[in-house]
This record gives sequence, C-alpha cells and structure tokens, in this order.
Amino acid sequence: MIQVLAFYLFATIVVASGAMVIFARNPVHSVLWLILAFFNAAGLMVLLSAEFVAMLLVIVYVGAVAVLFLFVVMMLDIDFAQLRAGFVSYFPLGGAIAVVLLVELVLGVGAWKAGAINLGQRAARLPDATPNIEAIGQLLYTRYIFLFEAAGLILLVAMIGAIVLTHRARGGTRPQNIDRQNRRRPDEAVRNIDQPVGQGVEL
Amino acid sequence: MIGLAHYLVVGAILFALGVLGIIINRKNVIIILMSIELILLAVNINLVAFSAYLGDLVGQVFAMFVLTVAAGEAAIGLAILVIYFRARGTIAVDDVNRMKG
Repeated sequence: MIQVLAFYLFATIVVASGAMVIFARNPVHSVLWLILAFFNAAGLMVLLSAEFVAMLLVIVYVGAVAVLFLFVVMMLDIDFAQLRAGFVSYFPLGGAIAVVLLVELVLGVGAWKAGAINLGQRAARLPDATPNIEAIGQLLYTRYIFLFEAAGLILLVAMIGAIVLTHRARGGTRPQNIDRQNRRRPDEAVRNIDQPVGQGVEL
Repeated sequence: MIGLAHYLVVGAILFALGVLGIIINRKNVIIILMSIELILLAVNINLVAFSAYLGDLVGQVFAMFVLTVAAGEAAIGLAILVIYFRARGTIAVDDVNRMKG
C-alpha cells in the first residue's frame, strides 16, 4: 500500500516538474524544476530497488549536470523573454507531435501487456542475496569492463573538449614565468649606474 | 501492486514532454538541452523498470552508460553554448546559419 502511494506521489511529481521544466518562464526556474524531477525519478528507482542508479542520478544529475546548467544560465546575460517569442505558435505542432508519440508509446506498452511482444532472454539474472550495488559492481568490473573503460574515455574526451572549447588566451595578462625566474642570475638582474644629480632614472 | 506498465507509462509521458519541450522552446537552446536531459531520464526509467521486473541486471548497467553519455553531452553542449554566446551575444538558435549548412 505504501509502495503504491509512494509510486503515485513520485510519478505525479516527476511528470508535473517535467512539464514545468519546459513551460517555466525563467530558465533558472526550469533548472530547479529539473532538479526536482531528477530527485523524484531517483525515488522511483529506489522503489524499483535499483539503489545504485538512484544514487547515481542524484549525484551525477543533481550534483553535476543541474549545477552546470545553473552556472551557465546565470553566467549568460540574455533577454529570455525575447527567446520565448513563437512559443504559442509552435505549440499546436509540438503538442500534436508529442501526443502522437505518447499514444504510440502507450500503444506499445499495451501491445506488450497483451502478450504481442516477446521480451527475449535474460542476459544477467538478478541475484537474490547480493545487494544491488555489489551485484552491479560484479557485473560491471567483469563482463562490461571494456564498456566501463570506454565510458571513462567518453568522460575524459568530454572534459578535454569542454576545456578546449571554452578556454581563451587573454591578452594583456602577465603570468608568472617560473623558468625565467629560476634562470635569473644577480649579474643580469642588477645594474650599477652612475646617476647624475637632478635627472630622472632611466630604467 | 504497481506493475511494469505503470513505470513505462511514466517514462512515455516524460519522453513526450521532452519532445514537446524541444519543439516549443525552439529558440532557447538551454531549455532544449534540458529537454534532452528529460528524454534521457525517461529512457533511464524505462531501462531500470525493465531491469527490475525482468530480474536482469544489464538494464541498470546500461542506464549507467546512458547517464555517462548524458553528462558528457551536457558538458559539451553547454561549452558550445558559452562560446556561441561569446561570439554572437545571443543564444537564439533559430538563426544559427554561420556554416550555411
């Protein structure tokens, strides 16, 4: 009973906040609704006893992706009202496409429920006794180790790409040159001059 | 008791909302990126739901890879957005025609 209640609570909030993400006027509010949607999706996954993915969702999406969005939204100085022009005129087409898509997906679920679709073999049976995280670790570090490393490589490439794209060499700055500082010797750093009285010093 | 179909319908609604968001916020590329995140979230809910109800752990492993790609995509997308804003002073994407593609 409590599970049913929790499911409907999480499902309602995740759908409602998903709608608010795309309808909110202010993109900052959109990001905050997105965070709420992620938290409730994590709740849904806890109900499915997939704790690892749920915690990953909270850590990666809320902790990293949503904060990144928030940073970018707040960093850019944009007139968002102007970007909303055409919102209403796009709505009929978008709504039609979304409704058609939704009906198709629900029809697919219905066809599966009616037994028209065969779901095939299980690749890795869920172990009964081991906890979720341990089971995923055992699978991830054995059978899917190369995929796991490829995922790490994707993240590395994304990181390097983001840095290369946004890095800019700014002119006019005078960064510290440690090599030159270390190479400097007293005889080239100090100059003795015979300074005439009453004249400025030529540096 | 909650069945698999309930989760699939939640995923389907979220997916449709994401597609709707991409179409109606066609100018605001930030909301488009957020809509893509919503779509990937819907996919993850589907994968995890199937994984739990079929007793097959691969769905959760795959959901993790989807998450990885989503994080990378968000980082690269926002980086492109930032340099585009630096160059043009706006993020209206319906007049992105620099490359005449």
